[in-house]
Amino acid sequence: MTEPMVEALDIYKSFGSVEVLRGINLTVMPGEVACVIGPSGSGKSTFLRCVNHLETIDAGRMRVEGDLIGYRESGGKLYELRESEVAHQRRDIGMVFQRFNLFPHMTAAENVMEAPRTVRRESKTKARERAVALLERVGLVEKCDSYPAQLSGGQQQRVAIARALAMEPKLMLFDEPTSALDPELVGEVLDVMRGLARDGMTMIVVTHEMGFAREVGDTLVFMDEGRIVEAGNPRDVLTNPREERTKAFLSKVL
Amino acid sequence: MTGPAVGTTKHEHPIEAVPLRHPGRWVAVAVLAVLAAMLVHTVLTNEGFRWDVVGRYLFSTPILNGLANTLLLTVLSMVIGVVGGIGLAVMRLSPNPVLTGAAAVYIWLFRGTPLIAQLLFWNYLSALYPRLGLGIPFGPVFVSADVNSLITPFAACLLGLGLNEAAYMAEIVRGGLQSVDRGQSEAAGALGLSRVQALRRVVLPQAMRVIIPPTGNETISMLKTTSLVVVIGYFELLTSAQRIYSTNFQTIPLLIVAAAWYLALTSVLSVGQGFIERKYGRGFNPTPSAGARMFFLRRNPEQAA
Repeated sequence: MTEPMVEALDIYKSFGSVEVLRGINLTVMPGEVACVIGPSGSGKSTFLRCVNHLETIDAGRMRVEGDLIGYRESGGKLYELRESEVAHQRRDIGMVFQRFNLFPHMTAAENVMEAPRTVRRESKTKARERAVALLERVGLVEKCDSYPAQLSGGQQQRVAIARALAMEPKLMLFDEPTSALDPELVGEVLDVMRGLARDGMTMIVVTHEMGFAREVGDTLVFMDEGRIVEAGNPRDVLTNPREERTKAFLSKVL
Repeated sequence: MTGPAVGTTKHEHPIEAVPLRHPGRWVAVAVLAVLAAMLVHTVLTNEGFRWDVVGRYLFSTPILNGLANTLLLTVLSMVIGVVGGIGLAVMRLSPNPVLTGAAAVYIWLFRGTPLIAQLLFWNYLSALYPRLGLGIPFGPVFVSADVNSLITPFAACLLGLGLNEAAYMAEIVRGGLQSVDRGQSEAAGALGLSRVQALRRVVLPQAMRVIIPPTGNETISMLKTTSLVVVIGYFELLTSAQRIYSTNFQTIPLLIVAAAWYLALTSVLSVGQGFIERKYGRGFNPTPSAGARMFFLRRNPEQAA
């Protein structure tokens, strides 16, 4: 039996008195594309941020490739990991943000080169070579030396995907990658993500793109009020939702 | 595409309007021109300015010595101020409440007391602590030194000016760091950069854009604040000028000498600030380099098509 890529066990998370996650259980196998949908405030982005420890969890266990994220367990006790150890865990987990978060003072190529250069101490020529290759993969090789401010939203998001791929992650997290884009730019980003899925990348995608979820997703997870209401084959969930809340949500967005 | 192309009709009917007149501007020009002429006239004809004395002292040894001290004090105090300010700002923003508190107390103390008092305090430190030593707290002392020989007037100047400046710089740097979107450090963290790496590579370079202009202000201000060291008997540009006019009574000409040097230094600093601002404006400037502009001109028609 293969080990799950991501294993979330009974995850709880509160911001102050607001309970955002109330017992999330989710398993994502290697090569699987899991799409997470749900109304805003349902906790789907927070859950995604817990996977790479951008948010600390209050209860439960988050494992990536069997390793606890953010903690070490020994003798039945949990120990918080040092910052450098958390940074080390994050190298294998790529993340793409809703607002791109490209480094505005660096060109597209420099954005992609940053982590390999700073974290892995790669040589400039090698990092540049790979950055160009990655930008070619997302169809932006001619924009290597453009600054983010000179790129459209769709182009920026594709650079952000290339930047995340530069660390050769085993898992990619997408936090509403197309929500900040003009409608006509959504397609180019989804195309790149489709290509990634085809190449076998394990992905968790928080999205509002039902078409993408249906076509590319292996699993569709519907979250509401901090819980997973329904999960399963995207076609089944989208066409034959079992839960009333899923039905109500889908009737609004489809 | 069908229908009339909007772009081509634009130049067929250029606007031919009578430009708005601005009589007020001409009045202002006339008034200012008269005032300027009066100023130049009086500066050239009033004997009191003694331009010959100004010329004689502008490059005289005592003035140049004072100038060197002004420069040295400014540069070293600003280095202490900037380094200390970055340290304090990082402490201030750290999740550790002890560090945050310590930085807050430092800033409160050094911003809240007069600089002259601080300079005098460092100068007279030996009255409080005649000897400073290295050893185990409350235990034996291994080496110790006489404070009067340890803290020379020059050292007291640097301590006073530098530590005071650090408190102001701390707030400037903190403002800069906080101006950078949180998503930037999150993105850096998600890529596997450590907090220090994210600060150095991603957050600080962007914060610099916000930090540089007020820091330029601080440097220019420091240039002139150094003249306060006169209270502990040290000398710099203005003190040198004062010493000379207290013996030859050519007060105005020597003040002009000092002012001219301050103006010259300030001008050089402003130019330098412009260079640094351009460096850290990378990726933010609305005016891309000539090469980039050409690039855009060539690409735009393609994109429009």
